[in-house]
Amino acid sequence: MIDQKIVVKILESPLSIDEAYKSILHESCGGNCLFIGTVRNRNKGEVVTHLDFDTYDIMAEKEMAKIAQQCIKKFEVEKITIYHRKGYVGIQDIAVIIAVSSRHRDASFLACRYAIDSLKETVPIWKKEHLEDGSYWVGARP
Amino acid sequence: MVIKCFGIARDIFDSDEIVVNQTNINTVADLRALLNETNSQLSTVKSYLIAINQEYVDENQQISSDDEIAIIPPVSGG
Repeated sequence: MIDQKIVVKILESPLSIDEAYKSILHESCGGNCLFIGTVRNRNKGEVVTHLDFDTYDIMAEKEMAKIAQQCIKKFEVEKITIYHRKGYVGIQDIAVIIAVSSRHRDASFLACRYAIDSLKETVPIWKKEHLEDGSYWVGARP
Repeated sequence: MVIKCFGIARDIFDSDEIVVNQTNINTVADLRALLNETNSQLSTVKSYLIAINQEYVDENQQISSDDEIAIIPPVSGG
């Protein structure tokens, strides 16, 4: 098995927590942190039926890899995996997984937080929220 | 030159790419000016960036028809 420090994937199929977790395990690490973002059934008081993610796959994976590299540089992180869904994602389904391993816990917590915050800022992924009576692109209009 | 459209831009143009034939587009700023002038709906979008060859670039960046060009509306992943 190749010992990869960084794994980033945009996937059409359900995201596997188990696969993400296994991908970051390392014998030198005692702290493993996973952030799992799931789809809520309400937003701003409105009932959400599902989400649709549009993705610029190649660029999104490049930007996710940049974030992962920044995590390794900024914090004492051993391995980091970032998965994001594309297409239709139902309520309670997993939209994103960030998994990080480090020798001690602090680095993993910090890197995990940094990675999800950065992903929301820079990775070219767009969320269309579907409500009972229509749909809209989140954050697209003033 | 072919321009990829994502998110709200895909809905506005009703296509995942548009073709721009003007020859006087040298920079990202030129392209933005043309897009804003010819597509009034684009001005209803909060803001957008242009990516060249899958990298964010600034307004002075030169562009050519060989580049992979994309309209990047405000992102909302996670």
